[in-house]
Amino acid sequence: MRAFQILIDGFAISALYALGATGFTLIFGVSGVLNLSHGAIMVAAAVAAWAAASILNVGTYAGALIGVGVALLTSFATYFAVVKPIQDSRRIPNEEKEIFVLTGTLLWGIMVQEVIAYFFTNNAKTVLPIVEGVVEILGVRTPRNEIFTAIVCCFVIALLWLLVNRTRTGKAVLAASMNPRGVTLLGLELTNIYVVVWAIYGILAGIAGVLLGMFLGVSSYSVGPLTASAFSIVVLGGLGSVSGSLIAAFVVGYLETLTAYLVSPAYRTIPALLLLVFVMYIRPQGLLGRR
Amino acid sequence: MKKVLSVALRIALGAAAAGALMTASGAALAADPIRIGVIAEAQAIAGASIPQAAQLAADEINANGGVDGRKIEIVSYDNHSSSADSVRAFQRAVNEDKVNAVIASYISEVVLALEPWASRLKTPFVTPGAASNEISKSVHSDYEKNKYTFHGYLTSAALALSVCDGAKDLLVDKMHMKTAVIMSEDAAWTKPLDIGYEECLPKIGLKVLDHIRFSPDTTDFTPIFNKIEGSKPDVIITGISHVGVQPTVQWKNQQVPIPMFGISSQATNETFGKDTNQAAEGVLYQGVSGPGVAVTPKSVPFAEAFKKKFGNYPSYAGYTAYDEVYYIADAVKRAGSTDADKLVDALEKTDWEGTIGRVQFYGKDDPFTHSIKYGKGLITGLMLQWQDGKQSAVWPKDVAKVDIKFPSFIKLSN
Repeated sequence: MRAFQILIDGFAISALYALGATGFTLIFGVSGVLNLSHGAIMVAAAVAAWAAASILNVGTYAGALIGVGVALLTSFATYFAVVKPIQDSRRIPNEEKEIFVLTGTLLWGIMVQEVIAYFFTNNAKTVLPIVEGVVEILGVRTPRNEIFTAIVCCFVIALLWLLVNRTRTGKAVLAASMNPRGVTLLGLELTNIYVVVWAIYGILAGIAGVLLGMFLGVSSYSVGPLTASAFSIVVLGGLGSVSGSLIAAFVVGYLETLTAYLVSPAYRTIPALLLLVFVMYIRPQGLLGRR
Repeated sequence: MKKVLSVALRIALGAAAAGALMTASGAALAADPIRIGVIAEAQAIAGASIPQAAQLAADEINANGGVDGRKIEIVSYDNHSSSADSVRAFQRAVNEDKVNAVIASYISEVVLALEPWASRLKTPFVTPGAASNEISKSVHSDYEKNKYTFHGYLTSAALALSVCDGAKDLLVDKMHMKTAVIMSEDAAWTKPLDIGYEECLPKIGLKVLDHIRFSPDTTDFTPIFNKIEGSKPDVIITGISHVGVQPTVQWKNQQVPIPMFGISSQATNETFGKDTNQAAEGVLYQGVSGPGVAVTPKSVPFAEAFKKKFGNYPSYAGYTAYDEVYYIADAVKRAGSTDADKLVDALEKTDWEGTIGRVQFYGKDDPFTHSIKYGKGLITGLMLQWQDGKQSAVWPKDVAKVDIKFPSFIKLSN
């Protein structure tokens, strides 16, 4: 009974982690950017979906769409206002750009967080679930919304796989992640590819944010922990490796759920962090990392 | 670059000088106002009402001629829910803004950090919403040093009593409940609360089956509810303030069949319904006042005036902050001075009918020195329930408007 409970709950949370981390790792793989405003973008999506549905009364579906739209806009804002100016700057030496991007996105994330707290308070918000009610699975009372979350996550990840491996744009993105210079030599504009990647990222982070808002709820305080969890999943899986991140998301998701049920909810995140430290010792490139 | 800097500097200096002139002339014009510093969590639901309610009270007092012709001036500071920011704000309030008294915070950790500063800077200090027993216990243990601090809200011990008094009438006598699980967040204020619960629940006939304390950072409450359900209690007795929206929404989404009853600070605010998408339906919480509840003749007019001005009803700390401005003003009037020690003497003799009941403070010999008195005819607290998207009083009988009702997923065992 409890085993099934852990299996089901762990799956939903892991799928959600996977979705959040995929976009994060994609950006790094393609453009070498570690986007520390990741959590802020997810929270912005969830809070926007909440505000649209509860304050403007646009309905659940429209609210969710608005949430994803806001994440897309925030993602573009992150790229055009923070990341691109740093990448294009001639006053910052190339070898220091990564650290500038890290700092820049971190500060940008804090700004977004403060704006959210200012307008919508720092108390948690929850997005109205698209499907309500519960069903019994293997004797476990499971909210329908939890199943919905898991299905959407898997579906979106599958869609991403198709996009990357089966379309021309996707192949260009893949090529850019392998050899940016080669791509430009083939006559493709690297900036266009970056814009596509940030768009994909924004949509992924938006969907993950809205789903998280429905599943558990978020507040402006969630910004840091969300960035940290995406970061540790991606590092565990191997920076830039999408399949590595997927595996790592499930490892972390289940490890957390096991701890919460079998030890105590208070220690939920600790074993996953210890695992991360351990992996750093024996395999610094992560589970499936190339470098 | 240098030129730009010097221009910027000159502008800044000029602005500062103009500002200084303006405040100087302002002070000269308004015959020595009584200044009250308000340090609060402007970004949190419960804290946001504190400066708003204080300002409302000051405006009303000033509209009626002030205190012996002196206006009340509220100087407010946002502490971002941080103790360090609060201490800086307190120092600034006293040293630079020359306030005569300070009203601060609904978070016990913050208030405990400010208490020594009230002593060092000899400034009367009242909290509208923190609950930890330690606040007034330190006043008792070193009165001469800590007498500047007043606890303008119920202590955790009194809160536990209030919940138990309500639970006896509502849950035990009416619904014949026999067992409970305590679920509280890990924070300074819940330590004495939990001790209080453990002591008084068995006395009223509710056996405590389990006691779960969880980190205020918790986002997924599924394992917690799961564990609680495992011990099959009739009711979950809550002690939550930093969290509120998330457990409530998950309780509803997961259709946990056990009612929640107890302290849930976020539920005291009107926006809680929207924040939870009405998942709050059926939640029972302790309050000192509530919309439409005439605890005293002042309660309803205040709540309505607040809503008219700020768009929503106040949180619990709004009611207390409003009363505090009034009884500080009253104390200044009785003391005939804003001198700190005289003000403390006058505050100790407070007997003020506010929005939450009749406010008096425990004396030097009581273990909870300078905390507001709990009991019939003074302040007893209420139990309210979210029903049809509104907060309705269900206890005590004289103010109750409706009977308890639960959403359909709640399965009462008796």
